[in-house]
Amino acid sequence: MESASVSVSERRISTPSAWSQLLGFNVIWAVALSIGGYALGHWLGTKIGMNSNAQTETDQDDVAILMGMGFAILGWLIGLGFFNYPLSRIAGRPATLREREEHGAWRYFRLCTDHKVVAIQYLVAVLFFFFVAGLNAMFIRTELTSDNATLIPAGNYLSLVGLHGTMMLMMMSAGVLGPLGNYLVPLMIGSRRMAFPRIESLTMWLTVLAGFVLLSATLLGGFPTGWTGYQTLADQARSGIDAYIVSFALIGISLALVGVNMIATVMTLRAPGMRWNRLPIFVWGMVTTSILAVLAAPVLLAALIMVVFDRAIETTFFIPSAGGSPFLWDELFWFFGHPEVYILALPGFGIVLEILPVFARKPLWGYRLAVAGMFGVALMSFMVWQHHLFMSGINSDLRPFYMFTTELISIPTGIIFLNGMGTLWKARIRFTVPMLFACAFFFNFLIGGLSGVFLSDVTSDVVTHGSYFVMAHFHYTIMGGLVFALMGGIYFWLPKITGFNLNEKLGKVHFWMMFIFFNLTFFPLFAAGMLGMPRRVSSYNADLHTLNVFVSIAAFCLGASMLIFLGNLIWSVVFRRERAGANPWQSKSLEWQLPSPVPVYNFERIPTITSHPYGYGSPEAPAVADFGPRVIAGEGGLA
Amino acid sequence: MSEAAAVAGGRGAEPRHGVRITAIWAVATAIVLPLVIWVVGPHIPPGAMSQQTRDQHTVDVVLTALATPIVLMIWVYFGYAVTVFRQGGEAIVDGPPITGHRRIEATWLIATSALVLGLAVFGTADLLTTGGAGGGEGPNPAAKPADWRTALPVQVIGQQWLWTFRYPTYGGVETTVLDLPVDREIEFHVTSLDVVHSFWAIELGVKADAVMGADNIAFDKPLETGPFQVRCDELCGLWHGHMNTTGRVLSDAAFVTWITNEERRNAALTKTLPPYARVYYPQPLRNAS
Repeated sequence: MESASVSVSERRISTPSAWSQLLGFNVIWAVALSIGGYALGHWLGTKIGMNSNAQTETDQDDVAILMGMGFAILGWLIGLGFFNYPLSRIAGRPATLREREEHGAWRYFRLCTDHKVVAIQYLVAVLFFFFVAGLNAMFIRTELTSDNATLIPAGNYLSLVGLHGTMMLMMMSAGVLGPLGNYLVPLMIGSRRMAFPRIESLTMWLTVLAGFVLLSATLLGGFPTGWTGYQTLADQARSGIDAYIVSFALIGISLALVGVNMIATVMTLRAPGMRWNRLPIFVWGMVTTSILAVLAAPVLLAALIMVVFDRAIETTFFIPSAGGSPFLWDELFWFFGHPEVYILALPGFGIVLEILPVFARKPLWGYRLAVAGMFGVALMSFMVWQHHLFMSGINSDLRPFYMFTTELISIPTGIIFLNGMGTLWKARIRFTVPMLFACAFFFNFLIGGLSGVFLSDVTSDVVTHGSYFVMAHFHYTIMGGLVFALMGGIYFWLPKITGFNLNEKLGKVHFWMMFIFFNLTFFPLFAAGMLGMPRRVSSYNADLHTLNVFVSIAAFCLGASMLIFLGNLIWSVVFRRERAGANPWQSKSLEWQLPSPVPVYNFERIPTITSHPYGYGSPEAPAVADFGPRVIAGEGGLA
Repeated sequence: MSEAAAVAGGRGAEPRHGVRITAIWAVATAIVLPLVIWVVGPHIPPGAMSQQTRDQHTVDVVLTALATPIVLMIWVYFGYAVTVFRQGGEAIVDGPPITGHRRIEATWLIATSALVLGLAVFGTADLLTTGGAGGGEGPNPAAKPADWRTALPVQVIGQQWLWTFRYPTYGGVETTVLDLPVDREIEFHVTSLDVVHSFWAIELGVKADAVMGADNIAFDKPLETGPFQVRCDELCGLWHGHMNTTGRVLSDAAFVTWITNEERRNAALTKTLPPYARVYYPQPLRNAS
């Protein structure tokens, strides 16, 4: 429950002057202090590292670079003011629940404890890095129009592959939890905030920093390992890999904290009457994703710290000739890495199952089963990781077990399909842009999921393992699944978030282009893999040249569809500014009963939840919530 | 679902959607499944050059054939739903408030579980009866082919960015060419001198990671003579994409001629090599210098 100490009348809404905003803690100071911190840390690290073998025998200065990055992180957090509140508490000031929510554009450039502001910051950051990583993919496809590395130097090509993979993985794991999770979960459960507003802001600023740290790899010579960072290649690599390590560690911390925050929010801040069986399915998606994040991300962090030790202070965790083992990294990485790919899948399930009932005008079919399916996926995802290591020389007695568990996970995933099909049964479907994306999700995810069955079968995996087949498979699940769902989610909820409609026609053009060219890009790659094209190569068998040129052309068109999306987003929100109204989709869910955009403290009063949010089709179904004597919804509210 | 129809209202007599969908699906499956098995099937890689590729091919055809009715079911259902259950115009009409159906949910769970169990049994049986299906099985293979005792051991050594091959039964001679005898079980011992590579003999259907300090064993039995490609299948640094070579499957006599010739020709060189071992440890690997 919301503490009574924050009452409506106590809100601070006065806007301080621009000067005091500029001089206060904000992203400008953060950038300045992190650059200064890097210089200081690098100088100190050079002093310390002078005596270490690692530095004198080789000309690497990992100690200096890692210390520089550590100090840069510190400077970034000081500049943004993350230490102010803890220090003021130490100094004996009273506790406050939330602060720093003044109106004005400045709150978007600093620590802000309003979950809606953080979500918008997240959305902008994630989209920015998504486009950067997408641009890398365009370069990769450009190189692959030639079957024999000619356009981009081999080292740069590998860096592009690594940056594309790592950036996409990092940003997409925060891609739904961050923007949509932070924005919608409090609104959907009837809360005014997340459980830990400052930590929420911290996770967002760590994500931004992680993105830029990863990009700094280009200044340090790039890194050759792809997103998996396999040992002993990562130990052998030059300083660029330090950027990979630090940025991935930052994302690991951020993910774990997002998860804790999300779980705590849903457990403690539900409005009265919001029973567990009334939670919107999207919230369940966020909860199960968060459970994965909390349990998996720390393992990644631990493994990365071991890599740092190996590189900087000459431990040998992963070096076989000195008693370590590269398998240790494989196991630790994939113990994180496989739940990670479900961190990328579950939010998609949540979004799609949330969108379907609204445009099918029917209740979500099999709600309990859907929740069970999500928990099933979450649980099972910790038991399958060795299927990434079928060919690696691990104990071969274990292979049938991991084959079995991997195939088992298709049962809870299949449930999501059943929910989708049940919801569409005798429905009254309206094909809005979000609905198109939701339907495309099922089309793509079906292909992604079934190709996964080929990979789970060891015999078949001998052919497909590590090839473009795998690459096509996970692009079908992550891009065809999560990114399509995220796009649907953005078209669906952006009117709520910004208060403006996105252009429907442009949206449809974007959807059809994206859908067609996505499939034309990735479906042929299943064949490329089976015909002998390994992943991450810059040269390949000449037989596959025509296929690759075709794929590249399709990929460029896919890239162009993203520009249509970006154009639509900017044009609709910045220039066209067509008011959306409170409830343009006539949804019955709680968040749509609020005005668009949502006011600072969300609810005038904390509502009493009276029903699940899927009361379509039954005239006697109660409204989703009782807002008390003063109903604040605008037109179309409380449908 | 009469009460459902009543709520949807205004549609008159509901057609029997379930029957229609099932009929369309059955017809589609009857047409597409034979095409998949007999027209597309024979073209599914990786060919028939070794016992392992023949088995992998069979498995892939079986999996594709199993996937086909599932894909068609979902596509037919969604296709039917989005055409028939579509609501035109501006009006927003609610559908029937159906929130679930115990029997359908149970049936679905039982069907998917049975399918998954069947797949796991099929996969495990296939893996164990084919001697590991050509995949790397680590130092103690759980599954061995029947004639593993008479297998020809061949060591595959990966290093940045080159494959070399040692034949321990021929004096431990090391070659840069992978030549193999036909119709004989081969026991590949895959290892690495530096980073992780993956040995992929594409037409032979062999894939095994090369890891420093590990002896990764894979079995394969070539059944046809001819050339095959070897590629590195795990990212190993700068020239990963160029770490490839071709090998040949030779008749038994041709192989013996070739290998004895290699052994004699390289005798002086072989003496300078470290003695044949399961794994090799170069200098402790530090950061590149």
